[in-house]
Amino acid sequence: MNKYYLGVDLGSTTSKAVIINDRDEIIGRGITNTRANYRVAVDIARLESIYNARFFLIKKLLNEEIKINPIYQRYLDDIEKAFQYLQFKKRLSSLLSQLKLTVESRFSDFIRDKIYTNIENIIEKIDTLIKDEYLSGNLGSKNQFFRDIVNEKYHDEVTALDIDMFEPLMLAFDKSITPVENEMVEFDFRELVYDAMSILEDKYNGLANRTYNDVSVHFDAELNLLKGSYGKITDTFKEHLDRVAGQDFHISNMVGTGYGRALLPFPEECIKSEILCHAFGAHAIFPGTRTVLDIGGQDTKAIQVDSHGLVTSFYMNDRCAAGCGRYLGYIADELNISLNELGSTALSATKETNICSTCTVFAGAELREQLNVGEKREDILAGLHKAIVMRAMSLIARSGGVRNEFTFTGGVARNKAVLKYVTELVKKNYGDDLKINIHTDSIFMGALGGAMFARRNVNIN
Amino acid sequence: MSKEVEKEKSMVLQKEMVARLFDELSAANETGKKVVYTFVPGNLSELILAFDMLPVYPEINALQSGMRKLSGNYIREAEKFGHSEDVCTYVKCDIGMMLSGNIGPTGKKLPDPDLLLLSYTGCFTFMKWFENLEKLYPGVPIAMLHTPYQESGKITPDMTEYMVKQIKEEVIPKMELVSGKKLDEEKLNAIIQNSIEIEDLIVKIFDTTKNVPSPIDAYFAGVYYIGPINIGFRGTKDAVDYYTELLKEIEYRVENKLGPVTPEGVMEERFRLVVEGPPNWTNFREFWKLFYDHGAVVVASTYTKVGGMHDLGFRHDVKRPFESLAEYCMNCYTNLNLTQRISLLSKYIKDYNADGLLVNSIKSCNSFSAGQLIMMRKIEEDLETPVGFIESDLVDPRYFSFSNIKNRLDSFFQMLDQRRVILKDKTAVI
Repeated sequence: MNKYYLGVDLGSTTSKAVIINDRDEIIGRGITNTRANYRVAVDIARLESIYNARFFLIKKLLNEEIKINPIYQRYLDDIEKAFQYLQFKKRLSSLLSQLKLTVESRFSDFIRDKIYTNIENIIEKIDTLIKDEYLSGNLGSKNQFFRDIVNEKYHDEVTALDIDMFEPLMLAFDKSITPVENEMVEFDFRELVYDAMSILEDKYNGLANRTYNDVSVHFDAELNLLKGSYGKITDTFKEHLDRVAGQDFHISNMVGTGYGRALLPFPEECIKSEILCHAFGAHAIFPGTRTVLDIGGQDTKAIQVDSHGLVTSFYMNDRCAAGCGRYLGYIADELNISLNELGSTALSATKETNICSTCTVFAGAELREQLNVGEKREDILAGLHKAIVMRAMSLIARSGGVRNEFTFTGGVARNKAVLKYVTELVKKNYGDDLKINIHTDSIFMGALGGAMFARRNVNIN
Repeated sequence: MSKEVEKEKSMVLQKEMVARLFDELSAANETGKKVVYTFVPGNLSELILAFDMLPVYPEINALQSGMRKLSGNYIREAEKFGHSEDVCTYVKCDIGMMLSGNIGPTGKKLPDPDLLLLSYTGCFTFMKWFENLEKLYPGVPIAMLHTPYQESGKITPDMTEYMVKQIKEEVIPKMELVSGKKLDEEKLNAIIQNSIEIEDLIVKIFDTTKNVPSPIDAYFAGVYYIGPINIGFRGTKDAVDYYTELLKEIEYRVENKLGPVTPEGVMEERFRLVVEGPPNWTNFREFWKLFYDHGAVVVASTYTKVGGMHDLGFRHDVKRPFESLAEYCMNCYTNLNLTQRISLLSKYIKDYNADGLLVNSIKSCNSFSAGQLIMMRKIEEDLETPVGFIESDLVDPRYFSFSNIKNRLDSFFQMLDQRRVILKDKTAVI
C-alpha cells in the first residue's frame, strides 16, 4: 500500500495542509482562511489536500497519454477548474440558505421579501460571474478564498442597488458568512468530477456558439484543438478516476506546525516548531538554501540553515507584527481593495512614498495623511511594501545576514511588490551573485516541512 | 506552580544569612552602623566589611522586587516621577521603591545611605543611577571608583596603579570619614583570606557542571549560588560555611549521578546549554520551567560572572590587597571587551560540552545587550554551535511575553533535538 504523510501548518491567517509520498514529493495541497477554531481549519485544509492529491494521482496515471498528446494536460487542468467551481458553488448554495435563515430571524415581514429577492438575484449573478471566471479565467490559480471572492462580488452587487438596501443586505452577509466558511463541505469526489466533466462538455460544445468578438476563445488554439479531441481521453480518464476515487487515502503519519499547533489533537512528537518546518521545507525544494526568509501573517522569520536543512539560528520579530501579512491586510482594508490588488497596484508606482513601518495602526494613519496631502495611492503602496521589506531586512541582518542561496517563503511571498523589493534589497545588501529562490508553493513550505518530518519520524520510530 | 520547593541545607543557610543582613540594615539607625549603597559588579565588599559597614545593593533590591511581583508598581512610580520608558528597569524599580518608602525585599524599611560607593564597571547607567540617588539623598557623600574598561583585552600595570590610587585616595578616605574609623589592614587581610577560600569553592562549584548529568543548573540555580558573594558576604566566615556546605551537597549529587534541583523537582538532562545575559526576574519560575520542561540544563552562564571572573584564575591576594581589589573590579564580566566575551563563551561551550548557546537579550540593559548578536554570529560560525535568541526584561513585567518566549524556546530545543537525531544518523533520516 502507498504511504502518505500529512503536514499541517496552522498559521495566524491561513491553515495549510500538504500530503507527500515516500519520496517527499508533494502530491496534495489544501489551504483555508477560515476563522473557525483550528480543528475545523485542519479538517478543511486536510480534506482539500486529499481532493488535490487524488487529482495528482490521476494526472500521474495519465502521464503516458499526456506525453503523446500534451493537449490532454489542458483538459485535466480544465476539469480541475470546473471541480473548483463546483466546490465553490456548493458553498455558495450553503451561503444562500444561511442568508435566508439570517433574514428570517432578523428582519420584519415588511422588508423580508424584498431582501430575499435581492439576495437570490445577487447569488445568482455571483454564480454566473464566478463560473465564468473559473472556467474561462484563472481564478482557480489565484488561490483566493471563498470569503474573499464572495465578499468582493457581493459588495459590488449591493453597491449597485438602492442605498436603502445596503445596510440590511450587508448585515445579512456579515452574520451569514462565518458559519458558512467554517462548514465542512463534504461530497463524493467521483461524483463531483463527473459533474465537472459534464460542465466541460457543455463548455466545449458551446464554443461554436460563442460570439465572434470573444477574442480569448477565438484565438485559444489549445482550446480549439481540445474541443475536437477531448473525447478520446475521457474513457481512460474515467477509468483512472474510478480507481483513484475508490482508493483509501491512508495517512501513515502527520505533523502539525504553526501558531495553532499546540491545539492540535496530535501526540507531542507530532508537533513541530514552524521555524524548523519552514526551513526543512524550503531546503527540500531548494537544497542549496542557507538563508530562509518567511513572512507570514503575524511574524517574520529569518532562518539560517546548514547543508542538511537543519536550523542553526533564527530571528523573529518580537512585540509587534508590523511588516507582516496582517499589516498588508490592514492596509488593504484601509484602502478598501482586495489583498491581491495590493502588490499589482504598488508595482504601477512611479516613486515610493516614505512610510514608517514600526506600527501597523500608525501606518494606517500615515496612509490617510499621505492621501490627504495628495500622494498617489500606488506610490504610497509602493512605500508601504518597501517598508515591510526594510523591516524584514533588519531581521535578516540580526539573524546573521544572507548566505547563498536565499529562499523566500510564506504567504507574503505571493505578493509581487514584496518580491520586487526583497530581490532588490537582498541583492543590494548582499551582492548580485546571490541566488534567490521563490517557489509557487512558498505558502506551503511550513506544511511541507511538517510532512517531511512526519515521514522521518516514522522511519526513526 | 504551588509545588513546595525541596530545601537543602545550603538554601536554609543562605536564607538565614540574607535575613540577618536585612535585620541589621533595618536596625542600622539604632545600632549606628553605617550604610554603603554600592553595585554588584566590581563591588568592594572586603573594604566595606573592614570598616564594619553594611552594604545595600540597589540591583539586588530591584531583582528581589521583581521576583516578589512588586517591580511593576515601583516602575510605574518612577515613570510618574519623570523617568522614561526606555530607562534601565533596575534603576526605575530602585527609584520607585525609594519613592514608595524604601521598603526592602523582606518588608522592612531600608536605611538611607551614609555613603554612595560607585564602582563603575562597564555600565554607564550606574553613574546616572547614583546621580539620581544623590538628588534623593541630598548631601550624601559619594566615592567614585572609575574602573578602566579592558579595551585591549588585558589589565596593564598602569591600569592597576590607576585604580589603587583611587582606592587609597578616594574610596578609603571617604570610608574612614563616614565610618569614623581608620582602615585596619590586618582585619582587611583576614577578610581577603576568607574571600580567597570562597573564590576557590565557587570555582569548584561551577566546574561540577562538567559532569553528565550536570548536578546543578548554572543559571537559574546559579544566580542563587552567587547570591552571598554578590550581596556583601564575600570575605565572611558565613559565606565560607555556606559555600563549603553547598559544594558538599553538589558533590553528593555528582557521586549519585543526580540532575539539578529545580522548583519543579529534579531535572532530567536532555540538553546542555550555555546562556548569555541576565534572567528575567518577574517571571523567574515560569521562565525556568520552560527549560525544565525540555530537560535543558544550563551548564555555564555569563551572568553568574558579573560578581567576578574567578574561573579564569583571578584571586584576591593578601600580599597585594589593594592591587587585587583593583584587579577584581577590572575582571568583572561586564568589564570585558567583546572579543574576551566571545572567547569566554566559546570556552564554556567547549569545556562544558554544550549543545547550544542561548542569549536572553534584555530590553533595558545596554551593557549586556550590546554586541550580543555579533557574539552569536561569531560563535555560530567558528564552533558551528546552534544559537538561540530570546528577549525579555529584568524587572519590567510588561516586557515578559510568555508565548513569544515559549515559541522561540520550543523552536530552539526542537532545533537541537533534530540536529542531534539527524547528525547522529544521516542515512536513516535524510
